[in-house]
Amino acid sequence: MSDPGWPLFEVFLRGKRGLNHVHVGSLHAADAQMALRHARDLYTRRNEGVSIWVVASADITASSPDEKDPFFAPSGDKVYRHPTFYDIPDSVPHI
Amino acid sequence: MTDALERDFESLVTHDRRIEPRDWMPEGYRKTMIRQIAQHAHSEIIGMQPEAGWVTRAPSLRRKAILLAKVQDEAGHGMYLYSAAETLGADRADLTRRLITGAQKYSSIFNYPALSFADVGVIGWLVDGAAICNQVPLCRSSYGPYARAMIRICKEESFHQRQGYELLLTMMRGTPAQQEMVRSAVNRWWWPSLMMFGPPDDQSPNTAQSMRWRIKRHTNDELRQRFVDMTVPQAEALGVTLPDPELRWNAERERYDFGPPDWAELKRVISGDGPCNAERIERRRAAHEDGAWVREAAVAYSAREGGAQ
Repeated sequence: MSDPGWPLFEVFLRGKRGLNHVHVGSLHAADAQMALRHARDLYTRRNEGVSIWVVASADITASSPDEKDPFFAPSGDKVYRHPTFYDIPDSVPHI
Repeated sequence: MTDALERDFESLVTHDRRIEPRDWMPEGYRKTMIRQIAQHAHSEIIGMQPEAGWVTRAPSLRRKAILLAKVQDEAGHGMYLYSAAETLGADRADLTRRLITGAQKYSSIFNYPALSFADVGVIGWLVDGAAICNQVPLCRSSYGPYARAMIRICKEESFHQRQGYELLLTMMRGTPAQQEMVRSAVNRWWWPSLMMFGPPDDQSPNTAQSMRWRIKRHTNDELRQRFVDMTVPQAEALGVTLPDPELRWNAERERYDFGPPDWAELKRVISGDGPCNAERIERRRAAHEDGAWVREAAVAYSAREGGAQ
């Protein structure tokens, strides 16, 4: 099979106004414009989206699962970033 | 090192957490997942064929639009699943090649022909009904991308089953000839539908490992029983008799008893000797090869316009 092969694109949908784009899957296309049209046909047959992003899978840089603990460690011990860290008397309103 | 990774993997799975694409996983898990997802994807793609022949011969514009949408969904389901298989390192072109060369299987049900328009209804009701039974538990598969694809698919399958049942209700209100078409189609599809759940549990050697890995949630026989229990009242409402003399309510078990499918037939059809095996693969091969110039032209156009990005 001497297929030239279409590259893989990742597809992100905004479900409705006010929401973030969310990854829904991938597809093959010759270029980004075609990926956008295929994404419409494949991932929005029932009005699942009002906006689509496509990005070549090869262009995504991801954190490595092998170092997941050390990579996320900087936020692990910073409990003071959370509002529940602080003791406020019950009598104080609206805080 | 591998021991620690394996422990992490086992712990995620036993706590019903999801495995994601870049996680470490045992080679056996990866291979089994690829095989299962690919086989499922192939089934969706081949599954377009039995009904597709009726698109141009549907009796009304309404039925034609519905059937076309349904067949498009099957293509879509195949694409979601190929996409999930690729997250495990499978290659799309390679999967297509494996389907065409027979190196990978698809569901044996699609090797039966759709002889009349009533078959379109029965396929929706029984075949998609059995598929739903199989697929709903897979929405909780331990492999994240597969589980997510299954959630989308299950939402869409519900339309497939209902349009089929509604079609049959309509035909059963029609002429005696139309009612006879429904009965004949039910008789032909009932047993193959029961076979969709796979061989009986005592002949299904991989079930135990698949259940441990949470890529299978119920045994074949459990799912088959569930399908029969769901379907019998639907057959009664439709006014058709399912072609099984042993089918009867068991008050003690509070489930239906039913006779065994012809397992020799299932083996025959799986091994290539069903009514339409050669025709289905040949059709898929022709579509793939006839489409080669389109794929090449799109790449050439994209290159001229400034590259794949």
